[in-house]
Amino acid sequence: MTSVVIRGLALSFGEQRVLTGVDLDVPASSTTAVLGPSGCGKTTLLRLIAGFLAPDEGTIHLGGELVADATSSTPTARRRVGYVPQEGALFPHLDVAANIAFGLARARRRSGDRVGDLLELLGLSPSLAKRFPHELSGGQQQRVAVARALAPDPAVVLLDEPFSSLDSGLRADTGRAVLQALRATGATAILVTHDQDEALSLADQVALMGGGRIAQAGTPRQIYQAPVDRAVAEFVGEAVVLPAVVSDAGATCALGLVDVQGPATPGAASVMIRPEQLRLGRSQGAQLVGRVLDVAYHGHDASVRLRLATDPGEGVDVVARVDGATAPSPGDLVGVSVQGPAWVV
Amino acid sequence: MALAGLVVLLALVPLAFVAASTVSTGWDEARRLLLRPRVGELLANTVRLVLGAVTASAVIGTAAAWLVERTDLPARRVWTALLGAPLAVPAFVNSYGWVSLTPRVEGYGGAVLICTLSYFPLVFLPVAATLRGLDPALEETAASLGLGRWRVLRRVVLPQLRPALLGGSLLVSLHLLAEFGALQMLRFPTFTTAIYDQYRSSFNGPAATALAAVLVLLCLLLLVGEQRARGDRRLARVGSGATRATVRHRLHRWTTPALAAATALGVLSLGVPVASLGFWLLTGSPTSFPVAALASATAMTLGLAAGAAAVTVLAALPVAYLAVRYPRLATVLLERGTYTANALPGIVVALALVTVAIRWVQPAYQSAGLLVMAYVIMFLPRGVVSARAALAQAPPLLDDVSASLGTSSLQTFRRVTLPLIAPGLASGAALVFIAASTELTATLLLSPIGTRTLATAFWSSSSSVAYGEAAPYAALMILVSIPATYLLTRQARRFARA
Repeated sequence: MTSVVIRGLALSFGEQRVLTGVDLDVPASSTTAVLGPSGCGKTTLLRLIAGFLAPDEGTIHLGGELVADATSSTPTARRRVGYVPQEGALFPHLDVAANIAFGLARARRRSGDRVGDLLELLGLSPSLAKRFPHELSGGQQQRVAVARALAPDPAVVLLDEPFSSLDSGLRADTGRAVLQALRATGATAILVTHDQDEALSLADQVALMGGGRIAQAGTPRQIYQAPVDRAVAEFVGEAVVLPAVVSDAGATCALGLVDVQGPATPGAASVMIRPEQLRLGRSQGAQLVGRVLDVAYHGHDASVRLRLATDPGEGVDVVARVDGATAPSPGDLVGVSVQGPAWVV
Repeated sequence: MALAGLVVLLALVPLAFVAASTVSTGWDEARRLLLRPRVGELLANTVRLVLGAVTASAVIGTAAAWLVERTDLPARRVWTALLGAPLAVPAFVNSYGWVSLTPRVEGYGGAVLICTLSYFPLVFLPVAATLRGLDPALEETAASLGLGRWRVLRRVVLPQLRPALLGGSLLVSLHLLAEFGALQMLRFPTFTTAIYDQYRSSFNGPAATALAAVLVLLCLLLLVGEQRARGDRRLARVGSGATRATVRHRLHRWTTPALAAATALGVLSLGVPVASLGFWLLTGSPTSFPVAALASATAMTLGLAAGAAAVTVLAALPVAYLAVRYPRLATVLLERGTYTANALPGIVVALALVTVAIRWVQPAYQSAGLLVMAYVIMFLPRGVVSARAALAQAPPLLDDVSASLGTSSLQTFRRVTLPLIAPGLASGAALVFIAASTELTATLLLSPIGTRTLATAFWSSSSSVAYGEAAPYAALMILVSIPATYLLTRQARRFARA
């Protein structure tokens, strides 16, 4: 039963406070994505867990064992962490098999049975075993790097933006293969990323970082549908945020009276609606009507920016996400309706 | 850190010796010794020799590297080997080759010519290696921004070559400051030859030490200049994708002139000394070859050079490691400290060691160990430069990964760092081996009584104008350097490819 427990972790580089008090729990055998914009301190957090850095304040427990606090820090080599850096960083002088077996004891390195298993687990052909890192594609390099990290059965696997150097098609495939491998081995993993799609689609838990602390941690669904504040809401996806007046009946905003969820107290508030909650239809007979300003067509869907033309929200701009095939054209007049509740932020 | 400190301390012994003797000489005496027309003349000679030969080496070395690496010059591999090969011919053998043909090479022009021909590979090799490793995408981007071929060269390629070019030029200038044999033979007096003559006439006179102090000052000036020009960028990088091969410039009608220029360079730097040597080998010696003397000198040379190479690389590693991994003022100063000995003429290093040995470690005096120590001090910069370049191939990230896999730092060094830097260290050992097997000045003073190396045997014959008698020693000297030179050029290739 292994988990990561982090309390009050803080670290400064000189004058610059990078982490200001991070609390995070990672349940055993699950994947947590640490999501945040670049420079938010997420890589620093990972390096602290790995033991490459020591914290100024706070504690890190791995599997119930204290590995770092303000006064002492267990060396990386004794923490049993698997580390997968951004560029894979395979040992250039070793072939794939030797790279994967690197962390194993000498006897097991010789036998080589683990290498075959891990290659298979990561969906790599056994014929790659004798290749050298420079003979592999970027996606293959990353898979080998993950196999290498998994080989010694680490307490936790740390992945630092492992897919960001891959092109988009490869990224999704590699991400899936890696996550499958992590689940199959029952590993606990922390994945650092700035890509919200990656975080939401791959992880069991998403921890959103901002300003040197964890702004919110929860399931992908909680993070997306019930963000704690506007910044979280806007980082994990497009959001329509409108001023509203909350009453027992719901929230009255530019879109009329809508249902609300979240920490609602009567009075003035802001509500958040995801663009896919707005449905577009014919303008005749519609209560809410808007004129289409522009359309960003993505194939599978389209983002439609429109300006409301009816009270109470006349002149307010909102964004709707609709099926790509039925997207209106700029200038069209469309009817607008709201599906599901708004979230008070 | 302690280890590196010890190495640097050893490297600074000659400098301390010079400083201590200068101080004990006293200010007035030093001023009397230095403010002489003769010193001004020596300073002018030294400076114009360094300026002339470094400029020529930089231009020729870079142009040759560009031709070999960036154009469709025919037989490029041959040229790479051929243009690196002059390193195997010691400068004093090169000048012997020229002087024994025509006395007209004596003086400034000849000194610049022969020093350039001997030392331009020190620029050629690193610049060629860098050119090979450059990402062509940068040049293509520059071209897409509307820069013509020459402006791409000037604004994109040359700035990236700067570390290699500066490093190579620094090596050339340090060699020139310490050069003795070639310049003595060409009758072009510089500080180093003057110090030698002073020592010869008045064993360890204050005049010579005062001159050496000026020379050390020049060296320090160069080091500071190079450090400033280079800045302190960290060059380690892990590439994930393979870099594409460069598109080579087509020479078209310039093919023949380019080939002619490369051939001329090869003939002048390698052909002349080799041909001259061959001539003297065939015609010069009236008696049969002194086989026993040749064999014992060869064995002596091989043993000393191999010992020096091994010890130097071991000593250079901790110094370079600190400077690369922990670039702070203290570590950079440590690294730079090792360079100073290179600009001290071999004879100063030798006399410093003689003095120290006689005063404190009597049994070491007149031992092979002391001579090896002199070699280590003198050639430590070569070891450090190579170890530094080698360590750039082993980025710290790999250490992190290794630690995360449960490997102790000692194990990480053995299993990750060492295999990655071994080729670079081998290059360093080869460089030291070549230098030690052809070293003349310190060897003249420190070799145990009754033993001769190839260099000292060659020198005693050629300075008494017995050109024929000297020839076999020179030929052997080149022969023993060939394997190391080959290793070096091959390593330079592999380095750039990795």
